[in-house]
Amino acid sequence: MSTSVIVHRMNVCDIPTHNPNAWRDDLTKRFRDGHRILTLFGRRDHDRVLITAVLQAQDRSIVLSRSTVTPEFGYHELTSEFPALHCFERELHEQTGVRIAAHAWLKPIRYEGKTQSAMNEYPFYKIEGKEVHEVAVGPVHAGVIEPGSFRFMCLGEQVHHLEIQLGYQHRGVERRLLEREPTRLTPLVETIAGDTSIAHAWAYCSTLESVSDCELDIEVEAARAIALELERVAMHLAGLSGLAADVGFLQGATTYGRLRTTAINTTMRLCGSRFGRGALRPGGVAMRLPPDLLNEVRGNLNLLRRDLPIINECFLASQTVQHRLRSVGVLTEAQAAELGLVGMAARASGIPIDARQEVKSGAYKVLPIPVAIIRDGDCWGRARLRIAEMDASLLWLSTILALYPNWDCPRKRIGSLAPNQIAFALVEGWRGEVIHCLETGATGEVVHYKVQDPSFRNWMGLAIAVRGNEISDFPICNKSFDLSYCGNDL
Amino acid sequence: MTSFKALRVRLSQGTQYITDLRKAVPSGFRGRPILGSGPCASDCEACRDACPTEAIRLYPVTIDLGRCVFCNACVEVCPEKKIVFTPDTMMGAAEREHLVVREGITEPARMKPSQSLSKIFGRSLKLRQVSAGGCNGCELELNALANVNFDLQRFGIEWVASPRHADALVLTGPLTRNMRDAVRLAWDAIPEPRFVVAVGACAISGGLYEGASGVDRDFLESVGPSLYVAGCPPHPLTFVNAILDFLGIG
Repeated sequence: MSTSVIVHRMNVCDIPTHNPNAWRDDLTKRFRDGHRILTLFGRRDHDRVLITAVLQAQDRSIVLSRSTVTPEFGYHELTSEFPALHCFERELHEQTGVRIAAHAWLKPIRYEGKTQSAMNEYPFYKIEGKEVHEVAVGPVHAGVIEPGSFRFMCLGEQVHHLEIQLGYQHRGVERRLLEREPTRLTPLVETIAGDTSIAHAWAYCSTLESVSDCELDIEVEAARAIALELERVAMHLAGLSGLAADVGFLQGATTYGRLRTTAINTTMRLCGSRFGRGALRPGGVAMRLPPDLLNEVRGNLNLLRRDLPIINECFLASQTVQHRLRSVGVLTEAQAAELGLVGMAARASGIPIDARQEVKSGAYKVLPIPVAIIRDGDCWGRARLRIAEMDASLLWLSTILALYPNWDCPRKRIGSLAPNQIAFALVEGWRGEVIHCLETGATGEVVHYKVQDPSFRNWMGLAIAVRGNEISDFPICNKSFDLSYCGNDL
Repeated sequence: MTSFKALRVRLSQGTQYITDLRKAVPSGFRGRPILGSGPCASDCEACRDACPTEAIRLYPVTIDLGRCVFCNACVEVCPEKKIVFTPDTMMGAAEREHLVVREGITEPARMKPSQSLSKIFGRSLKLRQVSAGGCNGCELELNALANVNFDLQRFGIEWVASPRHADALVLTGPLTRNMRDAVRLAWDAIPEPRFVVAVGACAISGGLYEGASGVDRDFLESVGPSLYVAGCPPHPLTFVNAILDFLGIG
């Protein structure tokens, strides 16, 4: 199936299914061989728990591996050998109650279901000794942002450890996805993490189109990719504006802020919403690009390409900015790889993963987008990476618009969903890989819908990156990772 | 050299603020819908069935902006082209029922300024925002109010960090069970006189998450909002104009 994002569909009967010990051995062998975890999740199947792992081999092929376990027996943890699995095993335990023997830290990811009332009682790690103290921040913060709780364990002014508690934003997204008609979920999916709506909507549409054998035209693929890249540019601008404000570089804060207005207003011209709500729909797009609008969009892109370098040069040369960002919040390549970081945070630590490079067809194949890699792993690196990605996206947007200026393709009808299928879709959103996985049952009904925002994997990266830093640098570190609370909490 | 670069940025920046926020209309924005007064096709219930948030009622057709997420699904299915979304951002209301759009009425309901609140907060209003399940759409738009384009501060209206410094609680999101205690604490910390502003379909009605497993709206049932700002997310202009109307400014 040809598409601009990574899609993998197979019949559930064809997924290799092992007994728990053999499954664990299979995963262990694969991880040691260099496979990368993409997602791991479970669901209750009568009195058993069905666990699905999706891995990516070094040749970028996708591998699925399954096991059915008895909740009381469970299986022996994998996190201590493969720390990238920590969030998956914690989530698996929280969502299915399956025993994960010898796991060191099964703290709930989001306090859903029965654990909701127990949120206030969960014990944070404690630090004891001379000159140590703890700082509790949140869940309500001193700004217009989402809630999350941070507990800093400090030696003097230095952060020894940061424990992050999330879940305050938990609405019950995954359950709600199963309560509604599967072909009409786009408005809901667009609010999973509202600053990366396009990426989530694209992942949702792709899983649905995959299980209903709906092939799209390249013009539609290009239109979707244009919406995705505009979202990337807008959110990188928002992030840089915030970062500039946090270090007191006000010219950067205001200028990046007003350029973001241009970017999101361009999206609004195409679909009616500054956040791309309603832009993508299963079977196509609901965006229009008549000739006069095409000129306006080109004009906006030219404005961005003309004005951005001026403020970038100023931002990068500013001593305030350099002094505050360099060597702060360092995450080494080894740490990022071990924790399984994804997206821009991984690329800023030197890890070359970007799904846009891996697709075998579609908009990013017709016109490849160069991947930006920076090895520094600090706040300065993450800021420079965002600047580099914006430059690449803006150039790409100008070129692809010239190639595909006509999006007037009627939306295709989504037929019935094929029974007993699993469809996996991965979209490289501005933060990183957005994954949706949909499984159908014997009559084509949706039996499981798994959502994974890149924030879910990257929060631990922030916790590790602030170790050894001044506590006063936390806001900069946090902003440089720019993770979603609701995307994690679902 | 550095100052020269700064001047170049200043020059490229130009003047960005919107001079008259009252008259600004964002071109291309899918905002306040209007309903034609022509008859529906017989027995047609397509718009109501297409709506993901049960915002539409029939006989006669009405759209509740406190539930609407502006997804355009109703427009796509209506054979009579009865529903039209306009770029108008005027979607604030002090009364919940004023958010309901009715057939043949093209102008938004006039808000009656609150005399008592206007006297106290008309020249200075400090807002404390709390997100309780918001998806960061509303939060980003509320943040945008302080940028160089919208410049909310020109009216003496500002975001503050502490609820102790605030006059009003601006809520976004459907209100999650896990935020129940924090929302209550933030409200209790705001000195009187005070009021609640509900921003976005989620906060106003629960929106797409009404009755969802992680949602608990007890707080809003006990402390009713004084002002509603509709949208998904509401445009910054919707918020500005709602506040100005509510306090009788400009």
